[in-house]
Amino acid sequence: MSDLAQNQKADREPLFSKKNKKLVTDPLTDNNPVTIQVLGICSALAITVQVKQGVVMGLAVIFVVALGNFIISALRNLIPSRIRIIVQLVVVASLVIIVDQLLAAFMPDVSEQLSVFVGLIITNCIIMGRFEAFAMANKPWPSFLDGIGNGLGYAGLLVLVAVFRELFGSGTLYGFPIFGDYITGSGLYSMGYVNNNLMILPPMALIIVGIIIWVQRSRNKSLQEEH
Amino acid sequence: MESTLDIFVKAIFSENMIFAYFLGMCSYLAVSKTVKTAVGLGAAVIFVLVVTVPVNYLLENYLLKEGALSWLDPNSETLANMDLSFLAFIMFIAVVASIVQLVEMLVEKFAPALYGALGIFLPLIAVNCSILGGALFMQERQYSTILDATAFSLGSGIGWFIAIVAIAAIREKIRYSNVPAPLRGLGITFIITGLMGIAFMSFMGIKYGKDEAPKQTAVVQTIDKTQP
Repeated sequence: MSDLAQNQKADREPLFSKKNKKLVTDPLTDNNPVTIQVLGICSALAITVQVKQGVVMGLAVIFVVALGNFIISALRNLIPSRIRIIVQLVVVASLVIIVDQLLAAFMPDVSEQLSVFVGLIITNCIIMGRFEAFAMANKPWPSFLDGIGNGLGYAGLLVLVAVFRELFGSGTLYGFPIFGDYITGSGLYSMGYVNNNLMILPPMALIIVGIIIWVQRSRNKSLQEEH
Repeated sequence: MESTLDIFVKAIFSENMIFAYFLGMCSYLAVSKTVKTAVGLGAAVIFVLVVTVPVNYLLENYLLKEGALSWLDPNSETLANMDLSFLAFIMFIAVVASIVQLVEMLVEKFAPALYGALGIFLPLIAVNCSILGGALFMQERQYSTILDATAFSLGSGIGWFIAIVAIAAIREKIRYSNVPAPLRGLGITFIITGLMGIAFMSFMGIKYGKDEAPKQTAVVQTIDKTQP
């Protein structure tokens, strides 16, 4: 009896063991959910016009994927595999409703800009992908960390794209003017600098992500595809 | 007021699901390696969109919207003030997931040939952003009739179909091109999609609705001239 208890104790690893830390840091670079696993592009790119939207969206996804991973992992032995997709969808949908209501209450302007894309977190492939690939087979705590890591990887990419688009598209960052005032023509604008309006349009988000993938894969040759 | 045809054409071109909103990008990137599978998935998306959006439209207008429940009892004040729209997400996704399951079973039973073609794609579609996106756009834009909502869903389905078949055809060809190694596969697909998006943006110049009246008179005048 005491042996068993000791064994269990030995099995239990510290909360932030090396393995668990890896779960958080891996998705940030070499296993990024967007550029490597190709998940979650659906709702990501349309809301990267401004950094603020990107940050809010990133936080929302971190919240949903971490808590959702935790809940699904806690329930993983109770869910019949045939209807697991519906169960997963219901869990995500409830979490997203919480996010949506919180946004509408505390940040009504951002909520309005994000419009349908908050709801589309439900079908964000990162979330379903992590449920299927990780939470269904792992304990709650590692699943929670995995969710945080993947959420951060997603948010990081979102903010990176948003920085480029807002800086060159509107000349601001998080709403603060960087290149001077466009209307009064101060700063860079007095020298004839013009904002690149193409950056604000949706297709540029795709091209920026394409370039990020290009840079990442030329630095890390093992990620390159045959065709 | 937009006509039904306007809504339909707009949904295909200037508000294309992929090029304007990036909905359904995950399956778009994953299943666009050959034209054949792309056609299968595209057809399945059209089919499911046309079935689910009208159902969600009915739910939205007779169950969820503020005051939507007043058909139960026109005199009741509590029903007229009831606003269940915060439940929209969970209702829509439940409808989509269950209809996809239902459609899968029905198609398997009654149209085995179609099932052979669509079969493997149907389960994928429950989590395709474009389906839920269709329902959410329908809710946001508040179409006045169910016909408009159906036209919108058919249009966005066809738009999605065009997009995935076009990129699949390009990807089949690009296999023979000398793409820089780090860009191969995913990277070049992103950039091509961006360029296609820029091309599709030219459809934003189409004028809807407002121009109709003068055009019609012009046509009538030319007919009058030719007749005598």
